[in-house]
Amino acid sequence: MTLASTAVENASLLAADPSQLIPAREQMAFTLGFHIILVPFGVAFTFLMLIANYRGIRRDDAQAMLLARRWSQVAGVLFAVGAVSGTVLSFELGLLWPRLMRNYGAAFGIPFAVEGLFFFLEAIFVAIYLYGWERMRPWPHFWTGVPVVLSGVGGTSSVVAANAWMNQPQGFELSGGRVVAVDPLAVIVNDAFWYEALHMLLAAYMVAGFVVAGVYAVGLLRGRRDRYHRLGMAIPLTVAAIVTPLQIFMGDVAAREVAHNEPAKFAAIEMVSRTGTHIPLVLGGAMVDGEPRYAIEIPSGASLLVGYSPRTRIAGLNEIPADVRSPDRLVTTVHLAFDVMVGIGFALLALALCFALLWWRRRVVPENRWFLRAVAVSGLLTVVALEAGWVVTEVGRQPWTVVGYLLTRDAVTTSGNLWLFFTATVVLYLIVGAGTFYVLRLLRRRWRQTDAADADVPYGPSRASDEAGAGAR
Amino acid sequence: MSTFAAVVLFIGVVAYAVLGGADYGAGFWDLTAGGTERGREPRHLVDQSLAPVWEANHVWLIFCLVMLWTGFPGAFAAIMTTLYVPLGLAALGIVVRGSGFAFRKVLVRTQEQRVVGAAFAISSVMTPFFLGTVAGGIASGRVPSAGHGNPLTSWINPTSLLGGVLAVLACAFTAAVFLSAEARRREEPDLERWFRWRARVTAVVTGVVALAGIAVLRVDASRLFSGLLSRGLVFVLLSGACGLGALALISRGAPRLVQALAVSAVGAVVVGWGVAQYPFLLGTHLSIAAAAAPRATLVALTVVAVAAVVLVVPSMALLFVLQQRGRLEV
Repeated sequence: MTLASTAVENASLLAADPSQLIPAREQMAFTLGFHIILVPFGVAFTFLMLIANYRGIRRDDAQAMLLARRWSQVAGVLFAVGAVSGTVLSFELGLLWPRLMRNYGAAFGIPFAVEGLFFFLEAIFVAIYLYGWERMRPWPHFWTGVPVVLSGVGGTSSVVAANAWMNQPQGFELSGGRVVAVDPLAVIVNDAFWYEALHMLLAAYMVAGFVVAGVYAVGLLRGRRDRYHRLGMAIPLTVAAIVTPLQIFMGDVAAREVAHNEPAKFAAIEMVSRTGTHIPLVLGGAMVDGEPRYAIEIPSGASLLVGYSPRTRIAGLNEIPADVRSPDRLVTTVHLAFDVMVGIGFALLALALCFALLWWRRRVVPENRWFLRAVAVSGLLTVVALEAGWVVTEVGRQPWTVVGYLLTRDAVTTSGNLWLFFTATVVLYLIVGAGTFYVLRLLRRRWRQTDAADADVPYGPSRASDEAGAGAR
Repeated sequence: MSTFAAVVLFIGVVAYAVLGGADYGAGFWDLTAGGTERGREPRHLVDQSLAPVWEANHVWLIFCLVMLWTGFPGAFAAIMTTLYVPLGLAALGIVVRGSGFAFRKVLVRTQEQRVVGAAFAISSVMTPFFLGTVAGGIASGRVPSAGHGNPLTSWINPTSLLGGVLAVLACAFTAAVFLSAEARRREEPDLERWFRWRARVTAVVTGVVALAGIAVLRVDASRLFSGLLSRGLVFVLLSGACGLGALALISRGAPRLVQALAVSAVGAVVVGWGVAQYPFLLGTHLSIAAAAAPRATLVALTVVAVAAVVLVVPSMALLFVLQQRGRLEV
């Protein structure tokens, strides 16, 4: 904490005009919150697509092949929107947070350089895979999809490395408030890197798995009880069901790491007002006048989870100097977001176990209405959990941008009027978001119509009608 | 070391100008292709030839941004706090363009296609224009080292306007050359002529604007002007020669050669700008060496650049070869 207080002194010397702080934070939150929903579809949905593709070739399964092909079309649209919304984020790092980039870019930028490499590979192979269905041979075509999945994992890990560095900055030396020496490996493989990256990757696979399964569960509920829909639900649901318990385990590990390495964030997560032992696990409630209220408390729960003993000592919010302590409102936000994330995680674990049990007993894809309804809802829930988890790590870091070094209010730009930029961005993103939904629904409607006499034969020769029918595009 | 990092960054700028430029230019022709009926064939060709490559071409921009903010963080912050208006507009333009293009491929109703197609096409012209004004602002030394330069005159000035207009024209020119070659590969002689004619016109217009631009630079950016006419002269002449060569050969076949000449014409101008500006990153006040990140960061960027040469270049070559051989069907 001494480190923190000296940095505060340094920071306030160059205290900025904070009037841009609110629009800058809102804009970053909004655009990142938009982009993060698309991430699982570039990273993990492509893996589901390859499973279907593999099955299609190996078992000569036309339905699986059709799924793979259609999923690749969906992935294409979502990848495009994800690519451009990701580009906006890189502009925003400079447009909104120039002081972060000026002083720390030499360290903070390195993981992004690595990410750029993976993004390149991903964009190239997505294109080859997406447009290679007609004229490439099955196995070579399948293999062009593998780099997409691998670079998705690499790219996500790199971006998360940058975020983890903000939480646990290391691998650099400062002089005059600016980075003067760097250890690139220590920047990338910082202490928070491995658990944040694994947690995010598993989250991406859960989101893609449950959302896609949910779409086909809705189809099954509406009476389209054919093999196509059963398979479309079974593949993603199986992946999600395998990943969910791993994620619960991973989340537990991550929370413990946060408790040790980012005590301020953990204090907000559990609304620990004062340092002590026998700290309860707090469910729900809110922070009012510096004390947790209206919450269900499980005695010594937090202490037990962190150190396996009720006598485990946990640092409280009182340890944080008053001028860099989060206001109650933000503590409540972090805490509730954490509860939402964990709550949804356990609900999904129950669903995964239920699926495993039903599968083990009957060896068929369950078509019980209640089960299908739960799967349909699970897709939305995972997205909520993803956003909530992101709120925990981002809001939980406040008021810091780089913990202990750079306050968010000192990182923000002083140029221009961000409200205008923010308004334009919100309007544009709402249109793009609505457009994405519309286009995906349109695809679905078209597929439904062609389902009766499906003419899309993957790996067939290009049909002459393709040329004439611009409508097929 | 810092010069090497600057060269890597600049290779990214040239690649984006050429490859991204051809993409944007395709949008230019989409915009000017005329009504629904008349513009159907050219638009179809734009769709077909752009779809597999636009995202990969687009990554060059990310590459440039990342190289700049990591390798030269102070310059990045200075540019962003000065030229935030055109950069913000370009960022939003990129969103409109990418999503508009992705949506148009799926939509079937003419009315809807028209709306998102127009969004795609208009933003394809606006975005390179704004990026061109950014280049002009940097080239004419209007970005102070500490940033926070004049938010309007930094990009509304003769050099920036020249940069914007030249960017749009150069994009249109490269795209027309590439699309006419693509039409030829698809054995569509009418379309080939359509684009070839446009390539000729834009080549002439671009040449005239570039010549007039020299006068503009002499008045508005004298250091850049003298740099271009001394160290950069080779590249300026090379660009002119390639442009003329492309113009002369475009109707005589050898599309590969014409494509190479067109790319060189555009690339050489950008290289000329870089050479003329060397050893400065911003105007004559921030040198490359002074702006550079610590050595270890530059080493890390070099490692990434080497990895890019090993991994990305062959992959990209594979993509272009597959596309040129017609293995990718849209």
